[in-house]
Amino acid sequence: MTHSVCIIGAGVAGLTCACELVDRGMDVHIFERSQTLGESACSWFAGGMLAPWCERESAEQAVVDGGMIAADWWQSHTKQVIRQGSLVVSPKRDLRELKRFARLTDTYRWLSGEEINAIEPDLAGRFEQALLFEQEAHLDPRKALADLSEYLNVHNVEIQFDTEVTAAALQSDFPNAHILDCRGFAAKEKLSELRGVKGEMLILHSEEVALSRPVRLLHPRYPMYLVPREEHQFMLGATMIESSQRGRITARSMLELLSAAYALHPELGEAEVVEIGVDVRPSFRDNLPAVYRKDNVLYINGLYRHGFLLSPAMARQAADALEQPDLFAALPLCA
Amino acid sequence: MPTFYGTEINNPLLLGTAQYPSPSVLAESIKLSKVDVVTVSLRRESGGSNAGQDFWNLIKELGVRVLPNTASCYSVKEAVTTAQMAREVFATNWIKLEVIGNADTLQPDVYGLVEAARELTQDGFQVFPYTTEDLVVADKLLQVGCEVLMPWGAPIGSARGLNNEYGLRSLRAHFNEVPIVVDAGIGLPSHAAHAMELGCDAVLLNTAVAKAGDPAAMAKAFSDAVSAGRQAFLSDPIEMSDMACPSTPVIGKAFLS
Repeated sequence: MTHSVCIIGAGVAGLTCACELVDRGMDVHIFERSQTLGESACSWFAGGMLAPWCERESAEQAVVDGGMIAADWWQSHTKQVIRQGSLVVSPKRDLRELKRFARLTDTYRWLSGEEINAIEPDLAGRFEQALLFEQEAHLDPRKALADLSEYLNVHNVEIQFDTEVTAAALQSDFPNAHILDCRGFAAKEKLSELRGVKGEMLILHSEEVALSRPVRLLHPRYPMYLVPREEHQFMLGATMIESSQRGRITARSMLELLSAAYALHPELGEAEVVEIGVDVRPSFRDNLPAVYRKDNVLYINGLYRHGFLLSPAMARQAADALEQPDLFAALPLCA
Repeated sequence: MPTFYGTEINNPLLLGTAQYPSPSVLAESIKLSKVDVVTVSLRRESGGSNAGQDFWNLIKELGVRVLPNTASCYSVKEAVTTAQMAREVFATNWIKLEVIGNADTLQPDVYGLVEAARELTQDGFQVFPYTTEDLVVADKLLQVGCEVLMPWGAPIGSARGLNNEYGLRSLRAHFNEVPIVVDAGIGLPSHAAHAMELGCDAVLLNTAVAKAGDPAAMAKAFSDAVSAGRQAFLSDPIEMSDMACPSTPVIGKAFLS
């Protein structure tokens, strides 16, 4: 029997689930309330780092376990994965931050100043030590979402934009289908534990500085990362504020982000600010994603700052639950 | 146990709520250490529209007393506005008052601190001022109505412990009726125990727990340390000496050689 599944939400969670289900031969429909891809998805503003080992600094082991499959999954569904590792540095006076980062993580190697210069010539002379996480990867989130949309298109799944639907309405229109609610923070009325963690980011354009991999600059107060994108652009992120407000960036956040970028390389002071992005990461209390169930609806949510890193693992979990009734029944109930 | 503005609390360890890996880890740390008072800083941005409500509700659900904090305010006006916002959000007159004077050391602007403390006290707040160990400043703070002093151990987040033990001893000796909470700069449980051994009434810290590899276990370690330090202070520790004093009596010992 072919499973029929309706997915609400075409952000990173909805689209990865859709691809995973299509891969397993299921019949998939996707509904998205906004008119274009990414318009109301916080994944549009993601950094796109597939960096499970770096994340271990502040995240549970589950993030490493779930994130390890990410780079391969994205590589098999998009053309965006760049495997150059990630680099972690700190200003000389904050070397203790780098040591702490090293203590809390693994799967890296220490680089000397010369070794840093060899792999990132534009950082020459700026740092004496760094951590290189060679197995990590990154991607451009917007292009990756577009690739997933294309992948679905090729498999005859069309995203129905500008379509606001409820699980209840879908249940009557598709009586035999399962429903995946992948609406992110918009699902708060169903998932009361969900909270927003505001993130602010900038896109910079600089022809003076080139990087081959994401660089994290550790700082006791303003940690920051810079992810290189095509056409001399960089994603500079990201703040973490306990707030569910999607409003505008504050002057303070902008100041902190840009100060950190300037500390990484003074030439970035001359960069153009191409875009300012603000959104809210849907998060559960342990900052880990989860799949909940109620009747024939699965809720995939709480991806926090790990949308691209953990959505493949969540998509697998959801797909497994749809294929195996005992796994479905074992999922926690949505209150 | 320390009493602040007429309220006795059950644990001389006070914990900040920022920088934890997740709210769950924060909750676990509070549970394991059995702290009674936590500080919460309000970003004015979140306060304006109640956008931080979800996080504040989590704090309220923990069932601990909240000491709101005007962290990272650089002016009297900012600090006063933040305090007023905090009173609305947490329905408490308690406020930990920070008026920062230097961005590198985050040390208090003691002039602005006294002024803000006066204003807030007149407005009905019960102020916990984050100050230095300076006696004259402490005296001014008490004059404007503060009934608690919160001297720093070392710069915020520096984990250096007690930079000026003499200063804290002196503060303790001069104001022996006023609760003293050592706030900031604590890195290890031994630092916290040290503050308590000097006769301080409580210790407030955040980074040393939140950024530890295992925050909940570290919170418990700190709770044990302040308890040990307090008991040591109450047990009248012996004086330091330059000479060895044998713990076993020598007089009357048999000569065996």
